[in-house]
Amino acid sequence: MIAGLAFYFFAFILIASAVTVVTARNPVHSVIWLIAAFFNAAALFLIAGAEFLAMILVIVYVGAVAVLFLFVVMMLDVDFAQLREGVQRYAPIGAVVGGILFLELLLVLSVWRFAPDAAALRMAPMPEGITNTEAIGRILYTDHIYLFQISGLILLVAMIGAIVLTLRERPGTKRQDVATQIARTSTVAMARPELGEGIRREDILRPLPPPAKEAPKPVTHEGGHH
Amino acid sequence: MNWTLALPEIVLALSGLAILVAGVLPRRDMTFPCTMMVLGAFLLAGAFVLAQPDGMAFAGQYIADAFARFMKVLVLAGAALALLLALDWNRAEGLSRFEYPVLVLFATLGMMVMISANDLMSLYLGLELLSLPLYVMAAFHRDNARSSEAGLKYFVLGALSSGLMLYGMSLVYGFAGTTNFAQLGQTLGGGAPISAGVVVGIVFIITGLCFKVAAVPFHMWTPDVYEGAPTSVVAYFATATKVGAIAAIVRVLSGPFGGAVDQWQQVIVLASIASMILGAFAAIGQTNIKRLMAYSWISHTGFVLMGLAVGTEAGLRGVLIYTPIYLMMSLGAFSVLVAMRRNGRAVENIQDLAGLGRTDPAMALGMAIFMFAMAGIPPLSGFFAKLYVLLPAVEAGFWLMAVVAVLSSVVSAYYYLRVVKVMYFDHPAGALDARTAGVSFVLAGTGLFTMFFFLMPAPLLAAARQAVAALIG
Repeated sequence: MIAGLAFYFFAFILIASAVTVVTARNPVHSVIWLIAAFFNAAALFLIAGAEFLAMILVIVYVGAVAVLFLFVVMMLDVDFAQLREGVQRYAPIGAVVGGILFLELLLVLSVWRFAPDAAALRMAPMPEGITNTEAIGRILYTDHIYLFQISGLILLVAMIGAIVLTLRERPGTKRQDVATQIARTSTVAMARPELGEGIRREDILRPLPPPAKEAPKPVTHEGGHH
Repeated sequence: MNWTLALPEIVLALSGLAILVAGVLPRRDMTFPCTMMVLGAFLLAGAFVLAQPDGMAFAGQYIADAFARFMKVLVLAGAALALLLALDWNRAEGLSRFEYPVLVLFATLGMMVMISANDLMSLYLGLELLSLPLYVMAAFHRDNARSSEAGLKYFVLGALSSGLMLYGMSLVYGFAGTTNFAQLGQTLGGGAPISAGVVVGIVFIITGLCFKVAAVPFHMWTPDVYEGAPTSVVAYFATATKVGAIAAIVRVLSGPFGGAVDQWQQVIVLASIASMILGAFAAIGQTNIKRLMAYSWISHTGFVLMGLAVGTEAGLRGVLIYTPIYLMMSLGAFSVLVAMRRNGRAVENIQDLAGLGRTDPAMALGMAIFMFAMAGIPPLSGFFAKLYVLLPAVEAGFWLMAVVAVLSSVVSAYYYLRVVKVMYFDHPAGALDARTAGVSFVLAGTGLFTMFFFLMPAPLLAAARQAVAALIG
């Protein structure tokens, strides 16, 4: 009873927020509604007893994918109003195509049934007495640990490859020098630049120049340690 | 579980991770120390391979047997020597980066996984772990348009072939119900009719593997990639990775699909004949010596596939004898290619070798030995390699294949001998730069093996026989 109520509650919010994702005028609002949709879908998975999928949905989709979307939406200057311009003109034909697909789906579903021996063919039946997270973990980390580790190495190689092919050491790259940073003793003062004028070069505080040990040499471009 | 059986792979993987850290942390150029550490890791892994007992591990996904040991020792030796050749070449070309030895290490690890695969899944993952570093290495000279082109071409075609192979594997899994080699062997070898789905799957898997060994009609990438990629990288492509690819195709076709030999035999026979013919004729017009080596490999691949197509114990033994002999010839030839520099610039035309017989007699003698051996002239090792795959083909009645093999061998002798002629009888094109110690070492070692193999063939023959016995069981 309560589970049933909860199902309809979450399902309603899920559909409502999904519709809002599509219709919202502000793309940032769309992404935020998308996060709400993910959370409610995760709740539906929980009700269905698939707590692993629920966790993955929250961790991967909300934690990584949606945040990435948000970044992209905020960084790209996409004019969504322009994108939507033709909606009214294209809507009828889109609806017709969607309707045909929906009808076909109905036809397929009306005659679709499980193969009678499908259940017997399952190589990994639902284990009794353990949670499904643990069951997936056993398959992934115990039975297939060899393949799992090789996959990890493949990803590592992909990472090395991306760095090898793209990373360039430019002269003048600024690097954090932790030791110097910690050893710095001069006190840091707050500056108050003029309002509305932006930061000028003079406003940026720099560490004091090291005490001059010798006569300044002419600036050369060789042998500098960046 | 029995994970200690896979110690060679585990040791190599862990040293790879450690070497990566050792290369990143210091703020100076770590290429030389990293290369030496990788060579040490290969040596260590080789010792573990030799000490490895027979058996299976990881729920039948990993197998250790005489075949795996034989091939892994070859792969490790080939990779180590190719890395030695690459060290000086990369430094001279300004490609000195510590990631190179690390990538070689992981590619070699992928080959070891592939050789020890006893399951379609571990085979595929091993293949990917091999291919991914190779794509990166082909494009290693990233500021050079030809190198980038080679990397991109190799990547696109390699990804396509991986996809085809994966599709074939999924078909085999769907229709046979298992990915394990032993169970597949039982299912397909029982004498029951083999379903069409499995046959289609096997053909797709063969397609993917033929791409990796560059057999016709999946050879197109080879000349372009060989020409564009840095010579040091090609030295690795043409030696160690070929051994890995041969090991994979032998393991797959003689193990799980051994019962379906009637289904795949004609495919391999066709690929073998086409490779021999194309390798012989397409190389005639080449002026770039790297392209020449690419077509030379395509012709060799035909001979290897001939031994495999015969399918008998003698044929497989021929393949296993061919592989190390080819490895040594090819490494030797590439040590000369790597040493081809004039006034600090790499040169790669056959004419650049002109007069080498007078300017550097030792290197010219080595190159002449490798060219004669590749042409199959007795008493050099290459003759025995071809003999041991030709005899079983004749005995098993594959006359067409045997005749094509002999004729194509005659044709290919032309372009091998042309290199010798250019070296000894053409006007000198100016001396090449002095060769480095690494090149001399590889040249001397492989040259002595190729020259004097006929005096002591017994250890190799015995090892090959043992490996085949483990394979056929």
